[in-house]
Amino acid sequence: MTRRSVAFAVLLLMGAVAGCKRQPASSSALKPTAVGAAIVESSGGKQVGPTGMELADPLVVQVNDDQGNALTGALVEFHGPAGVRFNPAAVLTDSNGEATTAVTLGAITGRYQLTATTPGKSQTFTLPIVETALGYQQELGYIVADKYCSRCHNPESSAEQVSNYDNLEVKPHRFNDGATLNKMSDADLTAIIQHGGPALNRSALMPPYGNTLSPADVAAIVAYIRAVAVPPYQSAGTVYGQK
Amino acid sequence: MKAIKNYLSSLWRALFGDTMRAFGVVSVVLLIALAIAPAKDHFSQWHSYQNGYLSLIRDRSDAVSLRRRFTPGIQQIWLPELGVVDRCATCHLGLKEASLADVAIQPYRKHPVIPHPLDSYGCVICHRGQGPATTVVEAHYSQQAGVDPILPDRYIGSGCGQCHQNELTGTPQLNLGRKMLAQYGCVNCHTVKTPDGRIMKGTDDPPSLEHIADKTTREWIFSWLKDPQAYAVSATMPNYNLSDADASDISAFLMSSSTPRAGDNDAVLIPVAKNADPTAGASLYGESFCATCHAVQNGAGNLVGGDVGPELTRIGNKAKPGWLQAWVENPHTYNPNTLMPHYRFTPQQVALLVSYLMNKSDSDYGANVQLSAATPAQIAHGRRLVAELGCAACHKINGVGKPDNFAPDLSRIGSKPLAQLIFLPGMQHTLPSYIAGKIKQPQAFGPGLKMPVFALTDLQRDALTTALLSLDDRSQTMPDKLRVAGFQQTDYEPAGQAGKLMQDLACFSCHRIDGHGSDLAPDLSFEGSAVQRQWLDNFLKNPNTLRPALTRRMPRFNLSDADRKILTDYIMVVYQSPNIDPETAPPAVNPPALVEHGRQLFYSKYACQSCHIANTKTDKGYIGPTLTQVGSRLNPAWIYAWLKDPQALRPGTLEPNQKISDDDARALTAFLMTLKNSGAQETTR
Repeated sequence: MTRRSVAFAVLLLMGAVAGCKRQPASSSALKPTAVGAAIVESSGGKQVGPTGMELADPLVVQVNDDQGNALTGALVEFHGPAGVRFNPAAVLTDSNGEATTAVTLGAITGRYQLTATTPGKSQTFTLPIVETALGYQQELGYIVADKYCSRCHNPESSAEQVSNYDNLEVKPHRFNDGATLNKMSDADLTAIIQHGGPALNRSALMPPYGNTLSPADVAAIVAYIRAVAVPPYQSAGTVYGQK
Repeated sequence: MKAIKNYLSSLWRALFGDTMRAFGVVSVVLLIALAIAPAKDHFSQWHSYQNGYLSLIRDRSDAVSLRRRFTPGIQQIWLPELGVVDRCATCHLGLKEASLADVAIQPYRKHPVIPHPLDSYGCVICHRGQGPATTVVEAHYSQQAGVDPILPDRYIGSGCGQCHQNELTGTPQLNLGRKMLAQYGCVNCHTVKTPDGRIMKGTDDPPSLEHIADKTTREWIFSWLKDPQAYAVSATMPNYNLSDADASDISAFLMSSSTPRAGDNDAVLIPVAKNADPTAGASLYGESFCATCHAVQNGAGNLVGGDVGPELTRIGNKAKPGWLQAWVENPHTYNPNTLMPHYRFTPQQVALLVSYLMNKSDSDYGANVQLSAATPAQIAHGRRLVAELGCAACHKINGVGKPDNFAPDLSRIGSKPLAQLIFLPGMQHTLPSYIAGKIKQPQAFGPGLKMPVFALTDLQRDALTTALLSLDDRSQTMPDKLRVAGFQQTDYEPAGQAGKLMQDLACFSCHRIDGHGSDLAPDLSFEGSAVQRQWLDNFLKNPNTLRPALTRRMPRFNLSDADRKILTDYIMVVYQSPNIDPETAPPAVNPPALVEHGRQLFYSKYACQSCHIANTKTDKGYIGPTLTQVGSRLNPAWIYAWLKDPQALRPGTLEPNQKISDDDARALTAFLMTLKNSGAQETTR
């Protein structure tokens, strides 16, 4: 008699646990009022930020109907690799047809392939988005480069920092110019930063920073250049040489 | 009962009935017991992680060298000075293997590059967690022993802050958090003793309320108390969520406690000249570089301007015209310690500025505020509220003293035991989530809590949390030799008449001299060695800009000839660098061949034109100062020393040290000294 009641209690408990577990999955269900035909990026893609931190700008995507008009009330879900957090992870588009989420990248340095999806009538539309997470060294490189390099290497001006790019006879490369910089080895980049343009037979407009920046700072700048390169930088791998 | 007794006695006889049998049984038990320890080891979690590592590296091209560096068993880093006992490397086996940087599977990935070797600092010093533990759950998630679980990545800068009291380039978040502790006035209520023994002081400069009735109206105080950010989005004053009645009573008390100052209200308003250009006020505001310190919200809702002084978007709603006029004439009369310089405006300029600023108002702001005259009971209630809320911790208020130990000491908040914390429902039971939560909604933690709500973004809250987490037991108890001291303001004050003038002009609000002052503008500690007397005198008279790309500029003060002479004399004599000897300096006038050689070095070898303009027709670079008149501005000794090592004269300056040879530096100096202001002689008189 008692054994049966114990078994019953256990069964009840299991049912309760199972019920609790199922709860969160169903509670996030948003009721879409519209079904989209396309999803496009509005802003917030191709950002660069420190690992584990929220990106500076929110990610905004727009859902359109088959006429190309912005659609209100369509469901957008954001997905990413483990460690990436979206706040919120699913949202309905607003009156401008836009879905906005704050993205926090994971703890590992590198490019994160994210997707935003919206269910269509017959298929799910998927939008790929790429964001880049910088580790300590790359972030340090960004900060050092922002002070010493970007005045000439970044053509865009801000109120605090007016670009000197247009004033230079020989145009410097942007730091994300992978097409050019990926072909240069770490040693070459380090040499040109430390000893100036003439070290590699390039323009003397690039002065030497080897006596001003520490080797760690220079290595950080190189790491930053590698992290933001478009197209992405692939290291040459192990180099075999004669002993 | 009896049956059990019989069963036990028969069991006893069966096992230990005779000596041989007893010996056999005991041996078996002993063997089993001895086997438990190695078996437990074998089936332990870290053992399976080590096996996983071995199978991961087996197929890699550098398997042999990886295998050679692998040591089986528990790996421990023990650093008694830092209180670190870390066994993390037992499972995190690839931390130091450069070739494992691409491994996506944890715990085998290489540690990202950081400035310190892992072996001499360990892991928990930055990541927290339980170092000695050898299972994932205990090491990462345990909250036992009052120590936190693994720290979320966004607070990782707190680890650096334990030793580094200085500002590090690579930890922007920690730097911001520390700055905010002072800037938002946290340290006015909370005591924060930094590990290098300093008591942190606020930099928010909260205004004195002793003469508040001269400055503004009771209605404005009421609106401000209800929601400071509605008046100025950049206001650092927190929101106390006061009821209308409480805000009304406090405003009544503040007005009644205020004492009048001569000259604030009884001054006759200077009328703006009838023929004045309607845009003259705006031009004067721009020319005086008010925006260097004060921000104004533009049409798009963005703040434009600095954050040294208060935002002026709705100043017309706040200030009484008489007070504003007295303030613009000389702010030191109202507040002798203000960061604002005494501009020495002419009466007409004062009138223009006052009328321009009074027009910066929003007719909707405070439009519905109707306050009836306060009763003595309401004023008394207001005084009680002011005392209870701790207003006097920041503001000077007549009749209310600064409260002592008003809020908890935060010097060791980063090690506060979890057992002493009260968490909100649904909150993670960790210290960072408690600190961040407390900053976000302080009054939710219990009835009657006084901490107000600060208007902060998530990023700012995380930064503050990072700075607070760095204030832990380890930071306070570590040996001094491990600490890196931070910058500390000295109490340098210039002497005599020049000193009084420099206080009046608030030079230290922008410039730093001998470690005292702000870093908005160049450090002037060696200005006397750098510049020529005539140039300095002209510059003080009419500061023409040296760096066209900069938005912050030196304002123009209407200094008298006598005042300029006092300042110039003092700067030229006192602010001399001991490392620059004018006697051995290159001469100011040089043979043409050397000048020509210098010109060629300037344009070809060192390509100085990428940042400087020496000839306005050909050069365009504008990162460094314009050099078209440098021969009339700088001393040859300074130019020579600067070329040899710019950072030695001004740490942190952008110009790289190019290790220029003595001969080249001499030639460049010769060339630069020929770049003179052609009209220098005429403009001096």
